[in-house]
Amino acid sequence: MSADERPWSSLPHGLAAAFAVLLATQIAWHGLRAQLPRDARSDLPPAPRSAALRLAAFGEDAAIARLAMLYLQSFDLHGGNAVPYQRLDYPRLIGWLGTILDTDPRSSYPLFAAARIYAENPDREKARLMLDFVYREFLKSPNTRWRWLADAALIAKHRLKDLPLARRYAAAIDKYTTDPTVPSWARQMEIFILEDMNELEAAKIMLGGLLASGRITDPAEAKFLRERLEQLEERLRKARKR
Amino acid sequence: MHAATILARNVLLEARRSGLPWLGLAGVAAAVVLAAFLSQVALTESLPLQAALVAALLRACGAFLVAVTVASSTAREVADKGLELMLSLPLSRTTQYLGRWMGHAASAVLVALAFSLPLLLWSAPVAVAHWALSLALELALIAALALFFSMAFGQLLPAVAATAGFYLLARALGTIQSIAQGSLLEASRVQRAAQWLIDAIAFVLPRLDATTRTDWLLYGAPQAGDYAAALAGLVLYTLLLLAAGLVDLRRRNL
Repeated sequence: MSADERPWSSLPHGLAAAFAVLLATQIAWHGLRAQLPRDARSDLPPAPRSAALRLAAFGEDAAIARLAMLYLQSFDLHGGNAVPYQRLDYPRLIGWLGTILDTDPRSSYPLFAAARIYAENPDREKARLMLDFVYREFLKSPNTRWRWLADAALIAKHRLKDLPLARRYAAAIDKYTTDPTVPSWARQMEIFILEDMNELEAAKIMLGGLLASGRITDPAEAKFLRERLEQLEERLRKARKR
Repeated sequence: MHAATILARNVLLEARRSGLPWLGLAGVAAAVVLAAFLSQVALTESLPLQAALVAALLRACGAFLVAVTVASSTAREVADKGLELMLSLPLSRTTQYLGRWMGHAASAVLVALAFSLPLLLWSAPVAVAHWALSLALELALIAALALFFSMAFGQLLPAVAATAGFYLLARALGTIQSIAQGSLLEASRVQRAAQWLIDAIAFVLPRLDATTRTDWLLYGAPQAGDYAAALAGLVLYTLLLLAAGLVDLRRRNL
């Protein structure tokens, strides 16, 4: 106790008791609220316009775009969901991803999420919507967004079993990319789409190429992709046993 | 030593004793911890996410700390009649005003430097250097802005509110202008008038949305021309605020 403080005993008993009771009530209130069932948050609200998001950011476009992605990611991603994201309203989801991409066009997060998470929805219609979104966004900046269309091509071939769609995406990478640093395997993607290789082999070639070229530098993304490969391997092993 | 420099030194000393360094450190720690927490849930761009969040939080924190420090210091001096005592000394009002601002600007530069160092964890030194210099000038501008409003109002709350309102408007005005232009296709007269008003306001506000950009930290340093224009805008507006403050102080009967 410092010299400019009075002892605790100098407090009126009523005030001390009121403080203790109010503190206990606050803790109990919070405890009771925590026991209520949590909002599943499966209903995604309509996407704002990118101008509104920018306005809310007060000039911090890059930060708000990434925060919005974390917000979007929190929808329908709970332990109780056997298949996350399948209940989401995809037109709204695509609206959100488009808004975020408009807010920071150089961020790779929205297309990463679109191609590697939301497009893997078992609902084929929803997956198609997402792949179409990736394709449309690729056309706006082919040299920086070809990676996600390469993913989309693989998903179209192996998940949707839609070879013409996969070939269309693969051909678009060759046709629209002009940057000489785009690797040759990506330009020749149509050939490797036509080859008779399984999903794991194709994914290994693509991700191995990306990792070897140093294009994946983010530790979180590298971890995510490694885990995806392991899951794929596991799934194919189980399928072979059956 | 020149009188203005002595005044500046005293202001800097006051800022140090008022707990500004500790508040700045607490701001850095809070921003880094929050960004590290959020990056744990990111599936990609975890490093850019941390850089962007820390930069955005520290920029806002720096602006708030500088504005409140200047406003509280000036309001206290006005309330204690310290300002009147100072004006009775054989020093010109210009010297006193500029000395005061120089002290606050020096502490703003130190805050900017301290807030830039943690960004070296995620971004290239050249990009951080660009961001740091821009932040230093931006905070010096806020010091001039807060000093102007504090001297004009003489009270803490109106000075802080006016500074915050002005700063936020200057940061959002580019977006507000683009929203207003976007709705011009079938605009009524009222909408056109609103757009002209917004454009007119933009003429007398600094373009703070073009300065201290987080993009520089994520995607590389800006083009030299854009960067020079952004910094020149900050310097010009700071000088304008100082001139406005001097006009206000010299016209007053104190």
